[in-house]
Amino acid sequence: MADRPDAAEAADAADAAHGPGDPAPTADARPMTPLLDRKLVFVTGKGGTGKTTVASALALLASSRGKRVLICEADAKGELAAYYECPPMAFKEKEVQPGLFAMAMDTEASLREYLRLQLRVPVVGRIGPVAKAFDFLGTAAPGVREILTVGKFCWEVREKGWDMVVVDAPASGHIVGQLAAPQAVNGLVKVGLIRSQTDWMLEMLSDPAITGLLAVCTPEEMPVTETIELAARVEQETTVQLAGVVVNRVLPELFGRKEEAVFEALAGAGPLAELDTLVDGDAGPVLEAARLAVTMRRTRATHLERLRAGIDPGVPLLYLPYLFTRAHGLRTTRQVAGSLGEELGY
Amino acid sequence: MAPRTPKGKADAPVPAPTMDSLLATKEIVVACGPGGVGKTTTAAASALMAAVNHGSKVLVLTVDPAKRLANALGLDGIGNTEHKVPASAFRAAGLKPRGELWAAMLDTKESWDSLIRHHAPDEQTRDEILANPLYQSISGRFIQSHDYIAMERLYEIHLSAEYDLIVVDTPPTRNALDFLDAPERMADFFSSRLLRWLIVPYRSKLVNVATKPFYQISDRILGTEFMSDISEFFILFQTMYDGFVERSKAVGRLLADRRTTFVVVSTLEATPLREAEFFAEQLTARRLHLGAIVLNKVLPDYLQGRAGAKVAEAMKDRAEDLAVELAPVVGAGDPALADPAQIARVLTEVADSYLNFQVVALREMEERANLAVAPEVLATVPFFDTDIYDLSGLLRLGEQIWD
Repeated sequence: MADRPDAAEAADAADAAHGPGDPAPTADARPMTPLLDRKLVFVTGKGGTGKTTVASALALLASSRGKRVLICEADAKGELAAYYECPPMAFKEKEVQPGLFAMAMDTEASLREYLRLQLRVPVVGRIGPVAKAFDFLGTAAPGVREILTVGKFCWEVREKGWDMVVVDAPASGHIVGQLAAPQAVNGLVKVGLIRSQTDWMLEMLSDPAITGLLAVCTPEEMPVTETIELAARVEQETTVQLAGVVVNRVLPELFGRKEEAVFEALAGAGPLAELDTLVDGDAGPVLEAARLAVTMRRTRATHLERLRAGIDPGVPLLYLPYLFTRAHGLRTTRQVAGSLGEELGY
Repeated sequence: MAPRTPKGKADAPVPAPTMDSLLATKEIVVACGPGGVGKTTTAAASALMAAVNHGSKVLVLTVDPAKRLANALGLDGIGNTEHKVPASAFRAAGLKPRGELWAAMLDTKESWDSLIRHHAPDEQTRDEILANPLYQSISGRFIQSHDYIAMERLYEIHLSAEYDLIVVDTPPTRNALDFLDAPERMADFFSSRLLRWLIVPYRSKLVNVATKPFYQISDRILGTEFMSDISEFFILFQTMYDGFVERSKAVGRLLADRRTTFVVVSTLEATPLREAEFFAEQLTARRLHLGAIVLNKVLPDYLQGRAGAKVAEAMKDRAEDLAVELAPVVGAGDPALADPAQIARVLTEVADSYLNFQVVALREMEERANLAVAPEVLATVPFFDTDIYDLSGLLRLGEQIWD
């Protein structure tokens, strides 16, 4: 289990924690459904915080608990495959682990499916030029592309009977636009088939028993600031509930206060020379590394405090430990899934 | 190219390039790379170093700086306008710059508006476009417009010939390459067939064979009203196409100019590093100048040695015995600290922590050794244990990459 930064450290951090410009916590009065009970979970986060790691671990955790899970790569960067060590994903889902299916978003394929299944528009022959036109139109008319993407996920939940659909969503700078698209389109488009489509999508996205957003951050300055801003924007601009914040890469706490005094004494010239003799080597770097670890954790503790103050207290914070491992891929995904499971109380 | 020989020799006129020499010879430096690796601070530190050491007038154009860094640069609430970093900030850092450091933040909406004002043929068209809901949606929220506008703004500033050096931080993109393609994509869009379809008078659309399927489908999906809103917007915009296409091409040429160089920023973690490598390869493939790779947040060298690991293992295995021996010296100042059990715990924790971090440090070292690209300059910045939020912090970082 991740080592929770505790009260002692909170005291260390308290004076540096509150900037004057921090937004007030947001308040979402809707009940909080447990994460794994939701059917549609969007996972977002600032670049470099481990968004894809958490999304892949969440899906693996849910499937290991007997759920039939679909994970969708919305960014189409092709990164997700490495987390399960499977071949690159396609629009058509494929089973990558028992009970866990994966797909990659593709706007053209989504449009084709959308026209055929939902609007019952017969698509004969080449759709290429039309899809390309829509791609441009998606560029010109915000919301159209997003509707195709979010619509596909909603549709998978409604029609395919997944226990859970996990979306490795765009980074936090982009996610609000995507989640707000159904409303935006509802506002721009008064009639037409898409209007009736956005109505049921909105209903699903607004229901916290079904849909939730999981934000991933690390206890560092910019990720925390961005997460607080994201929480406020999600509340104001979308109908989706923030279901939790994952604090990734939390460093272990080395010492309590008294042990730290011992450490400082140990690092003094006399004791250090004695230690060098006793172990027959240079213990300086070993103590230096511990000092670095302590300072790193302390700097991070101030950001954690800021995060706690800036997020609605009703939103669960889930702590994942920093992984001191040389492994990549499925092994890491498993480890993170294990830690996530412990944090969720399984 | 002349063979590289050590500095200071009479027959060595071409020393190996450094960030110092790179920044002294280029006019535009584009800092790019994956998110969360310290692009903004690296860009700001490079600009600061050039202002301090080269006596140049330098501008750093940042996208989304951390609040405290924005404050330090005097950017708080300044927005789009270029702003000279105040002398007081330099004094506070104990610095006397030979040159000047200017800073500006990129405000996408404001930049779009000024672009429209620049290109609009008359006041009425300008006002109609600025008030159009579709335009507001595109300029304010539409993410890909950031990519283009960042490059456009760079072009505009370069054209003003106000600065010796412009260091630009790139926006976080879905894909690191988006902003490279943005000018071309913009030019493509404004000369595309789709655009011609959109601005055909509405009545004739349904009889035109080429556009009919598109309109049948889009009317059905989006409704006729929305489609005519779109048309109206592009008809308004029509007067500015030529200007936009020409401008986009000029922006593309500037990025390929020999006065421009790219600095790819990354950490040594696997995922961002793969992205950075891919990006560096793409730069080369597009014949753009890959000037440097800056590796941030690298763990210190002392974590790597086998000797250190041996000491740590000894401290862990013999913690209790060592604690008994050390207790008198550790408790020399304060007898309360002489508890052997507590000393043993500290020794074990310290040793474990070293061994843990060594795993990560060795992985990083291997990543660096196997880097798939060879830039002119490869700079490594050690992990700083505190955040960088003022000029002294930027200077500390800058000195690490300088030579």
